[in-house]
Amino acid sequence: MSRKLLLEHINVPGINTLDVYRQKGGYRAVEKALKTLTPEEIVEEVKKSGLRGRGGAGFPTGMKWSFLAKPEGVARYLVCNADESEPGTFKDRYLMTHIPHALIEGMIVSSFALGAKVSYIYVRGEMMPQIRILEKAIAEAKAAGWLGKNILGTGYDLELYVQPGGGAYICGEETALLESLEGKRGNPRIKPPFPAIAGLYGCPTVVNNVESIAAVVPIINDGGEEYAKIGIGRSTGTKLISASGNLVKPGVYEIELGLPVEEFIYSDEYCGGIANGKRLKATVAGGSSVPILPANLTLKYANGEPRLMSYESLSEGGFATGTMMGSGGFIAFDEDQCIVRNTWNFARFYHHESCGQCSPCREGTGWMEKVLHKIEHGHGSMDDVDLLWDIQRKIEGNTICPLGDAAAWPVASAIRHFRDEFEWHIKEPIKSQQQNYGIANYAVPIEKTVEVKSEN
Amino acid sequence: MSDKVKVTIDGITVEVDNGTTILNAARQIGGDIVPPAMCYYSKLEGSGGKCRTCIVKVTKGSEKDPRPMPKLVASCRTTVMDGMEVLNITSPEVLEARAGVVEILLINHPLDCPVCDQAGECDLQNLGYEHGLQKTRYEFERRTFDRIDIGDKIQLHMNRCILCYRCVFTADQITNKRVHGILNRGDHSEISTYIQQAVDNDFSGNVIDVCPVGALTDRTFRFKNRVWFTKPVDAHRNCDHEKCNGKVTLWYKGEDVLRVTARKDQYGEVEEFICNTCRFDKKATSDWIIEQPTHIDDTSVIASNHYETLKPLHVIQPNQALQAANEIELHKTVKY
Repeated sequence: MSRKLLLEHINVPGINTLDVYRQKGGYRAVEKALKTLTPEEIVEEVKKSGLRGRGGAGFPTGMKWSFLAKPEGVARYLVCNADESEPGTFKDRYLMTHIPHALIEGMIVSSFALGAKVSYIYVRGEMMPQIRILEKAIAEAKAAGWLGKNILGTGYDLELYVQPGGGAYICGEETALLESLEGKRGNPRIKPPFPAIAGLYGCPTVVNNVESIAAVVPIINDGGEEYAKIGIGRSTGTKLISASGNLVKPGVYEIELGLPVEEFIYSDEYCGGIANGKRLKATVAGGSSVPILPANLTLKYANGEPRLMSYESLSEGGFATGTMMGSGGFIAFDEDQCIVRNTWNFARFYHHESCGQCSPCREGTGWMEKVLHKIEHGHGSMDDVDLLWDIQRKIEGNTICPLGDAAAWPVASAIRHFRDEFEWHIKEPIKSQQQNYGIANYAVPIEKTVEVKSEN
Repeated sequence: MSDKVKVTIDGITVEVDNGTTILNAARQIGGDIVPPAMCYYSKLEGSGGKCRTCIVKVTKGSEKDPRPMPKLVASCRTTVMDGMEVLNITSPEVLEARAGVVEILLINHPLDCPVCDQAGECDLQNLGYEHGLQKTRYEFERRTFDRIDIGDKIQLHMNRCILCYRCVFTADQITNKRVHGILNRGDHSEISTYIQQAVDNDFSGNVIDVCPVGALTDRTFRFKNRVWFTKPVDAHRNCDHEKCNGKVTLWYKGEDVLRVTARKDQYGEVEEFICNTCRFDKKATSDWIIEQPTHIDDTSVIASNHYETLKPLHVIQPNQALQAANEIELHKTVKY
């Protein structure tokens, strides 16, 4: 069994209540942080731990905290981004449902480290049950003196609020989240200024993912160096992976970073292989916005070495042969799944969720969806594939926020790796409506090459 | 840090104030290297960054940090740093991306220029002419909306809108009550005035002037004439509105003033916002003190009104045969 940090006591009955959570060693981190550590020391511990943002971009959390501007007399805010709406990702919801106090404990420690007197948890509007759970947990913590005025007699005050969002994917982008939190339309802001300088209500703000904040608890309990020992290279610690798709055991898994992808998919400790005895065709390794990879490139690099579940290893090979860790939404597709249909489905999602502020994303996502719809339903022409490639190139990198990139990458990677299947849909319009393309050669293992030609 | 910073755009170095955006630095140089701007409006705070037509490539971040910026940046919202080097029209990457933005802006545009009142003074038309393709690759139905009358003076033609948000900023900043905003999201976004509530404000007419396309047009001028058949004349009157200085452009057709707009500078931005009384109600020559014919750039289609000195095309000048063929036209230029 690998080491569990966040989900260690997940199966203890009543862990969602303060009493049981406390019995299992909960709120130790708050005591330790508030009584024995200074805010700077906490930031230093988090830096030492090498914790990287769990929301998708993988930016080092400690660094992000140290960028926070600290002007005199201006309030600072910590905002927890619980607007988890990426297709394929559901780890934050799981964490908040079953062990809400882990998040609240992390919020208290992080807020103390950043000097925030008021902190917000921005939860996606569809997650009403989780909002109730969090509110209940906050009330419990407040009654027990973990929140409010003069926590533990240290003179530190903290108010924690849960804010339901309107249920827009774009509000998971940090500046759109802040706009929404301020009560405005959730449009991403144009950066700079970054939230660390001018965020919520124009004050310095840190926005962190639920899992990043919860991970601060074990870092403070055991020390940053201890945390950094888990994992591989610059990918330290454990990560929650939401595994879904055609797996024997889909669900949320806590893995040590550096686990081989093959082991994650096939070992009985984790996903237990592909359901119904089928073969793996493709995976989306980090939620819908990361590039899709065929089975052979999922398991091995282009040079034949095994691929691991870590930030660096998943992005090995760039976008040509790699993908991204993203938010850890691992979707597996078996041989019966249609990549064109899946790409269309993703494009439809991004079309629906584009905020409409900047032109390439607003118009381009709709265009991509229509072209993909056409190909999927057997009306495509060969030019459409090239057109699609061209549209995604026009969107990527030319937008205000990363939603444009997120819409472009799945389309680009699907064409890059599965062009045969797109062309089959066009050449065999009737057949493509009746049967699957099948696995083709997407799972053919990559031979380990002796000499790897270096690019550039 | 000193007050002045040096920035090089397409190889031309200019010294500008600290905090200037790349776009404004380029405007100080002037000429072809000025990136086109569809959503940025220097008079409106917070505008810009949305249309992405002004994207440029920053090949050197600054003197201190010479790394290039990883992506193309919106020049209207990126401030210059000392020693920054920017490529606009000299970078094929920028031109390609800009052509892509233009194509994308046009896919849901109805392209009804023949019946659009804005045609001839439309930023999108100019942009499409300079950067666009001859034909569209978009083969699906375009999104459509119903026309909305905003009060009895303004008409919103949402199909033509490129969602630059200029009118929203105008409603926020020039007028004192916000009854204007964006509804829905993605490509269904639409400018709305909440249950079509009329924009009831002395300065609401300015949304017509700031609109870069024909989405917001003057109902009093609707289908009256093509702009290139009208003659623009600068004029002023003593407006009794405290915020309006009454400096306008009158658009004549024969004896009649067909419409009144604010005066616009070379980037199509108004110099001063004018009140609705000046714009909609004063349409007799006797209301105004005429100053001079408005200067119209000779690249504009409106310049066919002969106010500019006729200039023979550059190719004609050195070529004797062409000079002979264009004798009548050349004779006219001598006359002026």
